Amino acid sequence: MSNKSLVSIADYSKQEILAILESAADFELTPNRKTLDGKVIATLFFEPSTRTRLSFETAVIRLGGSIIGFSDAATSSSSKGETLNDTIHMVSCYADAIVMRHPLEGAARYAAEVSPVPIINAGDGANQHPSQTLLDLYSIFKTQGTLENLNLCLVGDLKYGRTVHSLLMAMSHFNPSFRFIAPEELKMPEEYKVFCRKKGIKFSETSELNENFDDADILYMTRVQKERFLDLMEYERVKNVYTLKNEMLANSKTNLRILHPLPRVNEIDPDVDSNEKAYYFQQAQNGLYVRQAILSKVFR
Amino acid sequence: MEKKLKVAALKDGTVIDHIPSGKLFKVVQILHLDTCINQITLANNLDSKKIGKKGLVKIADRALAENETNKLALICPNAKINIIRNFDVVEKRPLILPDEIREVVQCPNPVCITNHQPVITRFFVLKDNDQTRLKCRYCEREVKVEEVKIK
Ligand SMILES: [Zn+2]
Repeated sequence: MSNKSLVSIADYSKQEILAILESAADFELTPNRKTLDGKVIATLFFEPSTRTRLSFETAVIRLGGSIIGFSDAATSSSSKGETLNDTIHMVSCYADAIVMRHPLEGAARYAAEVSPVPIINAGDGANQHPSQTLLDLYSIFKTQGTLENLNLCLVGDLKYGRTVHSLLMAMSHFNPSFRFIAPEELKMPEEYKVFCRKKGIKFSETSELNENFDDADILYMTRVQKERFLDLMEYERVKNVYTLKNEMLANSKTNLRILHPLPRVNEIDPDVDSNEKAYYFQQAQNGLYVRQAILSKVFR
Repeated sequence: MEKKLKVAALKDGTVIDHIPSGKLFKVVQILHLDTCINQITLANNLDSKKIGKKGLVKIADRALAENETNKLALICPNAKINIIRNFDVVEKRPLILPDEIREVVQCPNPVCITNHQPVITRFFVLKDNDQTRLKCRYCEREVKVEEVKIK
């Protein structure tokens, strides 16, 4: 495996995470720097994700690199039954690095093992999406001025939501405290609570959203998806309870910022958008700088 | 003396002792003893001071490969492996799982890459408060030993 690959946020040490954030801040000041001059980057999207693909491709173009690839599996040779191993080897004949999204979990780890060129994981099923985690960290860092000793409320689907799991792991370097707010069906899995206990990280749990975040620095909202529920009546109830409304923010701290990996459905009422604490659109924009930092690190 | 008469003596080979009675046929299955052409002695429901009733397998002229002892360590971690040479026990091998096992188990996650592409499975062995858990190197799911299918 190329040791320059980025498969999982756990592949980066605390120092590497901080270095990425510092580099992202530089790119935010001067986005057009030719660190990928003459390089060819393949973006292999075995399942469509327009948002992530455009962000990575913009990052490559701003860094002076060129792009080859495909945006969904139907147009790739994998639809003819080619193995992932063969696709990766074929593409690595042309590209200096591969940005890959794949519907199967573990696809990125496997690709990184067989690939002669670095692999950047742009999401492997419900498993990892490290550039999302790094842009979350960058957004937190930017809005709070630090990552240390923060109080984070994680809200919504904490059972299947990969972004909250990766965020929890990454924040564990920085002495956080957590509040997990989720319906009974979508509670934070035991293994992550075990992880917190082992690391001495404080956390509390509740199933009620209302006013449970008055001491929070970050309110991290996630999508509650209908297909996660066996009981649709329960979904209808939860859907309405887990909508953040502007009036609920009345007593929140002034430095509180609301994050969401987007796209949202109805977890955040549009009346929150005009609140200065709403940060989810800037958060998405931060993704560009973070991806520039990730790509540049590969060739350093 | 009486004990020895119950199962035929083995000149050279491997004895797997202290198998819980309910696991004997699982052991037969994972070691593919049904198609093994060596002399094999199986015994079950023998009295055991340690575990009540036990099973026992003797396989003539065969040593167990590492992935076979790894499989046994998953199914019956307290069984004992004795290597026999010229009727003597020359080695007692405890069943200890290494930190990583390859090609031994199948990932129970249906959307794991290892269930769709020709990938050799690899699991990290997590030993925590007497309970062994396995973590797939690829999809990163943690599973209990009872949840995995042994290949
Ligand atoms: Zn797996």
